[in-house]
Amino acid sequence: MIELVRELADAYGPSGREDEIRGVIRKKISGKVDELYTDTLGNLIAVKKGNGKRIMLAAHMDEIGVVATYIEENGFIRFSNIGGVSPVFSLGQRVRFANGVCGCVCYEEKLKEPKDLNFSKMFIDIGTNSRERTMEYVSPGDIAVFEAGTIEQNGRYISKALDDRIGCAVLIELIGQLKEVKNEIAFVFTVQEEVGLRGAGTAAYAIKPDLAVAVDVTNTGDTPGCNPLSIELGKGAAVMIKDGRTISHPLVKNKLIDLAKRFDIQYQLEVIEKGGNDAGSIHTTAGGIPSGGVSIPCRYMHSPCEMVDAGDVNNVVKLLKAFIQSED
Amino acid sequence: MRTDTLLEQLCKINAIAGFEASASNEIKEIFGRYCDKVWVDTFYNVIGYKKGSSKNGKKIMITAHYDQIGLIVTGYEKNGFLRVSNLGGVDTKALLAREVTVHGKKDVFGVIGAKPPHLLSGDEMKKNVKLTDLFIDTGLPDEELKETVAVGDPVSINSQFVRMVNGCAAGRNLDNRCGVAACVLALEKLKNIEHENDVYVIATVQEEAGLIGAISSSYNIEPDIAVVIDVCHGDMPEADKASTFTLGKGVPVGVGPAFNKNVTQQLLKLADQEGIPTQLCVEAGDPGTEAWAIQVSGMGIAVVEVCIPLRYMHTGAELVNLEDVDTAAALVSKFAAGRTVRLSKEDADDTDTD
Amino acid sequence: MIRTLIELTKIDGVSGDEEQVRKYIEERVEKYGLEHMTDTIGNLIVRAGENSGNLKVMLAAHMDEVGLIINHITDDGKLKFAAVGGFDTRILTGQHVRIGDSKIPGVIGYKSIHLQEKKERESAVKQKDLYIDIGAKDREDAEKYIKLGDFAAFSSEPVFFGKNRLKAKALDDRAGCAVLLELVKEKWPFELYACFTVQEEVGLRGATVAAKRVAPDIAVVIEGTTCADVPEVSGHEISTEIGKGPALTFIDRTAIADSILLRHFESTAKKESIPFQWKQTVSGGNDAGKIQVSGSGVRVIAVSVPCRYIHSPVSVLDIYDLENTKELVKKALLTLPLVFDGRQKND
Repeated sequence: MIELVRELADAYGPSGREDEIRGVIRKKISGKVDELYTDTLGNLIAVKKGNGKRIMLAAHMDEIGVVATYIEENGFIRFSNIGGVSPVFSLGQRVRFANGVCGCVCYEEKLKEPKDLNFSKMFIDIGTNSRERTMEYVSPGDIAVFEAGTIEQNGRYISKALDDRIGCAVLIELIGQLKEVKNEIAFVFTVQEEVGLRGAGTAAYAIKPDLAVAVDVTNTGDTPGCNPLSIELGKGAAVMIKDGRTISHPLVKNKLIDLAKRFDIQYQLEVIEKGGNDAGSIHTTAGGIPSGGVSIPCRYMHSPCEMVDAGDVNNVVKLLKAFIQSED
Repeated sequence: MRTDTLLEQLCKINAIAGFEASASNEIKEIFGRYCDKVWVDTFYNVIGYKKGSSKNGKKIMITAHYDQIGLIVTGYEKNGFLRVSNLGGVDTKALLAREVTVHGKKDVFGVIGAKPPHLLSGDEMKKNVKLTDLFIDTGLPDEELKETVAVGDPVSINSQFVRMVNGCAAGRNLDNRCGVAACVLALEKLKNIEHENDVYVIATVQEEAGLIGAISSSYNIEPDIAVVIDVCHGDMPEADKASTFTLGKGVPVGVGPAFNKNVTQQLLKLADQEGIPTQLCVEAGDPGTEAWAIQVSGMGIAVVEVCIPLRYMHTGAELVNLEDVDTAAALVSKFAAGRTVRLSKEDADDTDTD
Repeated sequence: MIRTLIELTKIDGVSGDEEQVRKYIEERVEKYGLEHMTDTIGNLIVRAGENSGNLKVMLAAHMDEVGLIINHITDDGKLKFAAVGGFDTRILTGQHVRIGDSKIPGVIGYKSIHLQEKKERESAVKQKDLYIDIGAKDREDAEKYIKLGDFAAFSSEPVFFGKNRLKAKALDDRAGCAVLLELVKEKWPFELYACFTVQEEVGLRGATVAAKRVAPDIAVVIEGTTCADVPEVSGHEISTEIGKGPALTFIDRTAIADSILLRHFESTAKKESIPFQWKQTVSGGNDAGKIQVSGSGVRVIAVSVPCRYIHSPVSVLDIYDLENTKELVKKALLTLPLVFDGRQKND
């Protein structure tokens, strides 16, 4: 699993520019599914045909990043955010553009108050001296992602973009484990989730599933001085009751809880106030699609050292497998 | 049926946003008394259908959301306390010192308290409480609490339905059981008159949390015209006059980009003809109701909105004038039953007499 | 095209009240002999181009402008209002507006500076303290002329000034409409739908619906966009610069442009020697946002005419930017079939 996680997390794939990560995923599942194609916006759709219900599982391929907006005369790059990027978490980080060029994220030293830190007071340095030289490598519109390596330690994975490459890993693992399926399963690796859940809805529109489950990461409430949240790392697969965009449909939610109990899979319950995952755009597609979520608890979301528990990941795989193979 | 009795029955029902399943049957039973067909869809919208008498009639959909705001359990604290988050737009100002019911394996009574005043600093007293500062006190031993109540269980806010002077009533869930009551009264009227149009009356879900009810029902029914019945702000001292409406002075009708101009004009004209007083409720953009979602459903639906003025929205002390519920029902039923309403100039039939 | 633009800016069409603008465009489109329809929300959808080809292209420009809607009449005959669409309400003090179908003139006044206290003089006016005065004696008098729900548009006449500059209200997005009216006249080797949308300013409403009806493969949105190239705004905070050509948006708050379309438009501009620029800020949004996520997804790009003081009665553009916007879209569209082979699934 760690190798798979590493390959996925390390790949480049910010919202709107998911080609590289899509290629990585494609290679992993090609030949293991009955249908495999990319749709207009770039969602990768893998279908295992079966009778029974049509179930869509969605994990997003895209990660947050920063977009170059302006090149200063002396070569520094001004940027803005792609998705929920925190100026604080970005400071001092390394970023990498699609062509492999790396940069450091810095800020205007004269800035007095930390609370005044925002993107317009920050810049990326790729080590050049002039606009001309920078433009040989980076143009306005180019997007960079954060750079970090993937580590496994104490039964936990640490990397950038575990949101939601770990979800993608879960889907790939499921595809690998399933020979025969009872229902028809559409494994959808979605695009542009981080900028507004944009890919999932369009994929769901074409697929028209009976049920959908978003497989994403979720915040935990188990670190020093954090906001109260009942999710903890290592306490099992998180079944989504509600988040900021979706109240899970009872059909999906109750089924998941039932199966977790029946098969003795460790689980916990997720109630989130703000933030949403792909279920948010899937459930309001067309005439409405009953949707829910199974999440992987994750600390330090949207930072270059996101952390998940390997046991939780396994439990998510087990729970989803039970869900998609269930015949009632 | 008497409006106050109907409304009282409706307000007792617990249908917290996202958790309407258990309430849908009772609404279905009520609708069923007046419709040709009633059913509950995948999202627990309750849909009542009355067939029209004309082949050329339009398909008219009337919606009123039946979900209510509430709370949801997010965790436990020692000694029988529960942490909560919101389902829908809950105002924490109106939560202090309230009684609630936690809907777990069985209903559990609880009280929302906060730090006692003796322990609050001057500054703390001046600020509004955050939801994360509030707890529900269930008085149960921790073991029993964890057995009976799970994270994710919904919580409703208790409040009695009270008849006031001047034909008014107060309590909880008047947003939007008033609208549902108006639907039922409209259905009652439609049962006794001939109507050309096919009428769908829908009690929708999750208006308070995402509009999935409006989205799914309008997509599946594809009406020609939609009439949304919801509450709007009643007159209150200190509140902006442009956004509040006097109780008992006429039905506020929605005006603005969200509403179809042509059909709204027809509605207003009809009200005038029938001697039903109206007020104009001007919305510069998103009116904060289902109309916003319905307007852009499919290839676009012509929407009009009829409101019931309600004071102190989203508190346990919502107050309405029952006459406004009756007037809204009268207007909507006449509109749905009336001669074929026109969607555009090209649509006019030859028997127009105006 | 400039003459068309001038006529379009003279018409009032606040979001939700676009009839007159639509009427003007419809008359033109009929003269060109083109098929068209108006949908329920008020979009005007024009069919141009052939029936053949493997490609369905949608062009969009919105007919509506920001403005005001009357939501209360005071006892002494003053009109209270709400803003329709987003704009800096500090610009309202001292403006002239015209209200309703009869275009009743009104002014948004404020207490004379002579009578303001120091603190008042230094703070911005709150929108809820403003009102429109039409000269009425009292409520009854005011009600003879206007009613609740009437729309008020800025009174602003088009003026040529400086070098190649045009000042007018509603350049966002009558500029786009003017460009579209030119483009529909061309012969296109594929299905093309020119959508003059409504209610963009209050939430991209018309486009949401039009996109579902047209169900295109590709959409090009033609907009007016902010400049901010004025003194005291430095390098990276400038969005676009007037006179530097049409702006291509790679990312804004509602859409990420399709990378193939971006490369195609960029190379077309270079090949045809059409000046162009990148929109440098990622704020704002337009119809592309809703079109992109409609149905099973649409590839989108937005091409914009830079407008200073956008969303105000004195928006300004450079007429060559307008001309070049049209040229760029035209040339890029004509070569589009070479880049896109139609609707089959990729890989």
